Amino acid sequence: MPRLVSHPDEVKIVSRRFGQGATNIDRYLELDGYTAVRQAIEKGPEWIVAEMKASNLRGRGGAGFPTGMKWSFVPKQSEKPKYVLVNGDESEPGTCKDHLIFLHDPHAVIEGCIIAGLAVGAKTGFIYLRGEYRYLLTIMEKAIADAYAKGFLGKGIFGSSFDFEIISQTGAGAYEVGEESALMESLEGKRGIPRIRPPFPAVVGLYGGPTVINNAETIASVSHILNMGGEAYAKIGSNRNGGTRLFCISGHAERPGVYELPMGYNLKKMIYEVAGGIRGGRELKAVVPGGSSTPVLLPSEIDIGMDFDQVGKAGSMLGSGGVVVLDETVCMVEFALRTIQFYQHESCGWCIPCREGTDWLKKTLTRFHAGGGEAKDIDNIRYLAENMLGRTFCPLGDAAAMPTIAFIKKFRQEFEDHLNGKPCPYAKRPVGELVGV
Amino acid sequence: MSLTSIAENPKPGSTIFSPELAARFDKLVTLYPRRRSALIPMLLYAQDEIGYVSDAAIAEIAQRLDITVLDVRNVLTYYSMLRTKPVGKYNVQVCTNISCMLRGGQEILAHCKDRLGIGHKETTPDGLFSLEEVECIGACSWAPAVQVNYDFHEELTPESMDALLDEYRSKGGQ
Repeated sequence: MPRLVSHPDEVKIVSRRFGQGATNIDRYLELDGYTAVRQAIEKGPEWIVAEMKASNLRGRGGAGFPTGMKWSFVPKQSEKPKYVLVNGDESEPGTCKDHLIFLHDPHAVIEGCIIAGLAVGAKTGFIYLRGEYRYLLTIMEKAIADAYAKGFLGKGIFGSSFDFEIISQTGAGAYEVGEESALMESLEGKRGIPRIRPPFPAVVGLYGGPTVINNAETIASVSHILNMGGEAYAKIGSNRNGGTRLFCISGHAERPGVYELPMGYNLKKMIYEVAGGIRGGRELKAVVPGGSSTPVLLPSEIDIGMDFDQVGKAGSMLGSGGVVVLDETVCMVEFALRTIQFYQHESCGWCIPCREGTDWLKKTLTRFHAGGGEAKDIDNIRYLAENMLGRTFCPLGDAAAMPTIAFIKKFRQEFEDHLNGKPCPYAKRPVGELVGV
Repeated sequence: MSLTSIAENPKPGSTIFSPELAARFDKLVTLYPRRRSALIPMLLYAQDEIGYVSDAAIAEIAQRLDITVLDVRNVLTYYSMLRTKPVGKYNVQVCTNISCMLRGGQEILAHCKDRLGIGHKETTPDGLFSLEEVECIGACSWAPAVQVNYDFHEELTPESMDALLDEYRSKGGQ
């Protein structure tokens, strides 16, 4: 069972039912469960969307798109059925927050999904978990069955005239499927390759119908927002970044864990106070602020507020909330190689710049780390990565290129130190141990 | 796996799956707006029962969804958790992605190789264990983490990994 952590600076909203036994529907009801959805039925879609807009909630999957605005893009009239799709295909390395949501508070996902359905006029919701989360699907399916038994799902939910169905399933191992259009392909029983946009899913999505796709944490926030009011939620966060976020701290922190902190919380404080500093009192070398695809930050760059705008201004991205802490013992070439190895493995192969680019980056970095690199490789790696940017259907190509460019830009000296036929001067591990997955 | 080897078409009404799974499939295909959406769950559940996705399973799933065998294979080969060959009773999947790597994931992998005497995607001669190096499994804050079949094990050390393997070994021997 994943260890739960706590810190006085935390503002527990999404995580407030963690460890409270809320997988049990009666316990969930005791803890104010299914109150927001009753209010939503009573007050109607316009009220829901207005509260969501006021909340300044931005998508927790990584892109940070305002949720209320996303919902308002769904056409009111549609010949084809509309759908809500909850993206629980959490796969960005460094990210494990949805894992805890499904484990501790599955009904919050169901409640948020119903509310999203009411807001856009959808009658069916899908909850898609990554394949590795099979034990969480079992929890989710039990929660859904309990909700049906109480009349919270099905025909005439909560005694109203609304119908709402939820279907949950897992994927079968594919990072790419976390991308919204590939996710729809996968749910339609196909290979998870991206679709070209426009049209956007809000207009033409799942089975050709208008579809709202939100991250599981976004959806789990919805009932809390309606209960506390959009404005009150917005006030907890920073400018244009409402509420709190589950930050997954991993790597060389003294106390890694998933902490719920207000948007805009200082990154330095997050590492040194909330997560207890660097393991063993070592020096900090670098921080990956939002999952493996986000450009690395130097220790001199971490005195920033963790929201979409401030991290963007610092040249990186808030991403999925996965804060990976690296101490002085890490070899950045090896770290870059392991990062690119992942994207090479996960590239779906649909777009050539991503398929070939990640492969060449992996080959070059592998040779480089083993001590067989050449001086020109450093610029070649950067040149290759820069030419992948923006040239693919989905952001996977960018996700591979952006961190690579940052590693070279910020740790060029370390790459240079690897030259002259010398094996890695930083890693304690013997080189050549990295096996292709 | 041969893409051209095709199991005989199953007879309508007959099934290679257990009655429970066959009943589950009957229900699953009616859940979605389109039958084909049930494909990935069906492949996973078939694999859970048989141990891998066999040619006969592919043929029957294709028939149940009214799609071709090639359609099924096309999807099957895309997803990394789906396999067309049997593995050991306990499939030990060691994450070595960044968060686990920083906290000793590669050492756990090397330790497992040593203790089990097998490499990546290999199976012990007694068929009890398989070993696999996997990408991020979503347990980053509790690294290093390992999944044995569908069960997660977090914050491992070489010692606790040994204890875990022993536990599975004694469970599997029964």
